[in-house]
Order: sequence, then C-alpha cells, then structure tokens
Amino acid sequence: MKHEEEHYDLLVVGAGPMGSTTARYAAKNGLKKILVIEKRQEIGSPVRCAEGVTLAFFDELEIEESDDFIRKKVKGAKLYSPAGNELTIGKDMAGDEVGAVLERDVFDKEMAMLAAEEGVEFMLRTQAKGLIKEGDKIVGVKANRMGEEFEIRASLIVGADGFESQIGRWGGIYDVLKTKNIMTCFQYRLSNIDFDSEYTHFYLGSSAPGGYVWIFPKGEDKANVGLGIQLSQLDGSKTAKEYLDDFIDKHEGLKKGQAVDMVAGGVSVEHPPDSVCTNGLMLVGDAARIVDPITGGGIANGMKQAKIAGEIAAEAVQKGDTSKEFLSRYEKRWRERLEDKLWRNYMAKEKAVQLDDEQYDKIIDALRDVELEKLSTEAILKGVAEKYPELVESFEDML
Amino acid sequence: MSVDVNFEKCMHCGACAGTCPTNVIFLNDLTPEVGEGCTRCGLCLKVCPVRALSLRGD
Repeated sequence: MKHEEEHYDLLVVGAGPMGSTTARYAAKNGLKKILVIEKRQEIGSPVRCAEGVTLAFFDELEIEESDDFIRKKVKGAKLYSPAGNELTIGKDMAGDEVGAVLERDVFDKEMAMLAAEEGVEFMLRTQAKGLIKEGDKIVGVKANRMGEEFEIRASLIVGADGFESQIGRWGGIYDVLKTKNIMTCFQYRLSNIDFDSEYTHFYLGSSAPGGYVWIFPKGEDKANVGLGIQLSQLDGSKTAKEYLDDFIDKHEGLKKGQAVDMVAGGVSVEHPPDSVCTNGLMLVGDAARIVDPITGGGIANGMKQAKIAGEIAAEAVQKGDTSKEFLSRYEKRWRERLEDKLWRNYMAKEKAVQLDDEQYDKIIDALRDVELEKLSTEAILKGVAEKYPELVESFEDML
Repeated sequence: MSVDVNFEKCMHCGACAGTCPTNVIFLNDLTPEVGEGCTRCGLCLKVCPVRALSLRGD
C-alpha cells in the first residue's frame, strides 16, 4: 500500500460519479495504473444533490438499472407558477426519457465499484493539498492521507473535485464565477408529507429568485424538497435555508413533514468555460462547469463528459503526450456533444431571471393549452409564443 | 483572517470555497479555512445557505 512510491498513469482527484467514470473508461481503454483519491471517508456521503435525473444516459455509460440506487421513477413533471397555475409535462413519457430520483450515496459507490472491477485503485480520506509542477506541466499532487503528507505523481491528473474545485483554480484554468452564475441551495429530505409522488414538482418565481423550488419523490410520502437561488438575487437579509423554510411553511402538505436529512451546497450555472485543460491536467463534471444552467442538473452531462475524458486520457497516456494541445481532443469531443445545449440553456437562464411572477403566471397559463412531451427550453418557448408573443419577443433568437 | 466560521452551523458544503473571488477559502478536511488575502467582500456570507460565516469586527 505504499502508493507514494509509485508513478501512476492517471490520478483522479474526487470519487464522485464523474471521477469514478473517468477512471473506469481510462481503464477500459487500456490504462493499468489508475488511482482515484477522495477526501471523504465514504464515497457518496454526505449527499449534495437533489437526485433527480432522466435515465437516458444509462445505456451509453454501460450502467444497469438497479433498485439499489434508483429510488423512484416518475411519470413526468409538474410546473407551478406563483399564482398556482399548473402545467403537467410528459404524461406519456416512456423508455429512456423517464425521470427518476436516485439514491446518490448508493449510486456513487456503485460507480466506484464499476471502476474497481476494471482495476482502478481508490484511496479514501485523502485530500489534495496542492499541485506539483515541473516547468509548465502539472506532474502530480501533494496529498494528505489521515495526517500523512506525501506526493502522488502521474502522467495525467484529472480534477473531478466539484463546485469548489481547487484543482481547477490551482491549475489556473478558469477565473472566478460571477454571482449570477452561482446558485446557493438548500434541501430537506422530508418524510410524512402529502403530495403527488408520481411526478417531480417545480415551483417557479419569487419563492426561489433566479431558480426554483423542487419536490423530487423518494417514496409515496417522502421527497427531497429544496431550492436554488441565484446569488446575485440575494441581498444578504435572507438565506437559501430561510427561503425554503418560508416555502414549506406555506404548504400544508409539506409543513407537517419531518426532515430526516439536510443538504446545503453551491452549484455553478456558468456557460461552458473557454478551456478545461492545461498541460498534464483535465477537469470533468462540476469542476468543468458542466451543470445545465437552466435545470441545475449535472449528472447526465457530467457522465457523458467523463466517458470522453477517460477515453482521451487513455489515448494521451499511451501516446506519451498529455500536453494541452493533445488534450484538446477531449475539449473537442465533449464540446461537440454538449456545448450547444449548454450555451442555449445559459442564454435562456439569462432571460428567465428577468421574468417576474406575473409573467411566470402567464407563461404557465399559455403552456397548459400545449401538449408538451418533454421539458425542453425550445418546446416551452414555442408554446408561449403562440399565446403571449410579447413575452418571448426577447427570446426570438433562440426559437 | 477576517471571516469567522461558526462550526455549530457549518454544513461543510463548500459553497463558500467555490464562491470566494480571491480564492482564499480552502476546505481543509471538509471544514472551511479562510487564508491570507481576504478582501472582506462578503460574498461567502451571502452564499452560505445557513449563515455560518460572519465578517470579523462586525
């Protein structure tokens, strides 16, 4: 177990699903010596996620559905305006568009175990403290494992260290986030509540400025109830938790619920950064700002990006070239796959934050007459344009 | 160091570390540590979902 004396092909910082998946695909593509380090003592815990996903990425990522980590499948989504106008989406959703609510702590461990089956090593309770550079190339990480300081050197480093990514900052990859691109979030897992557990629920408008309140079912009478608020919309007088407590207080079905879990966190709703690589280093997932700016969801995008990252990591290390220039193959492939939609939804987010409660009432009202099968930005804009063209005038370039 | 962290409130979520525009907040073993160079901009106070941070001297 003297890891510090070994040189790795690939070192991944962070054993979330993106870190494990990058490692798994690097192993599948031929790398032998792969190490994932995780600062926590337990992969997947504490959970920092609302856990809602669609299952469309499972096949591509070679993941078998399991009741162990899929807590609840839903029929569709319900959107609510501030006045209570309601819109149901995807009543007839089927196949891989089905929405589901995960058990992230179990899911994250499962992703790690899939990587371990491919020969990936994991080291828990091990925190990156700094990068080791030689010239203009990153060649390793200074680490601390349960009080023991040591260096881990690798041909390529992957930063999968989340929203607060230190690897990205130390690597000088991007600037700080603007306040309009940061969501502050809070969530309870409430038990003993009354709600329609066949749907995910989204409350728009001023109960969560610049974001939304979500209710994602974890069972018939339990759900993740949380919200995200754009940091630029806060004046400091009220925190995300206080917004959520107010919302719950106003809803009888939720008010009687008991919290069995509390989750806090930050989420980036940034447009794709110019670069997520430098010499010897790549970023994936939240660390690479892969979260969808409209939904705040990062799992599906991150998993697709991580598969590409693992494939290119293997190629780069096998060819002995982990320069930024070579790693541009990773940039090119993930951008081809994800960038257009990320930019489009970023622009939609920029517009959505300007809407007031009355406009949200009108939008949801307009959409009730439209059959929406999918929760897509385009479908929503087209639906609204039919009844309230003036509302979507400024969105025209997106239609 | 000019920001105090109330560890009785802190949820160890990292929102402050990811938000700090001068990158002086580091999660050491999941606990925020505020290093040299803080400009007292107050963004970490705002982003904290549970009001665990305060500016020293306020």
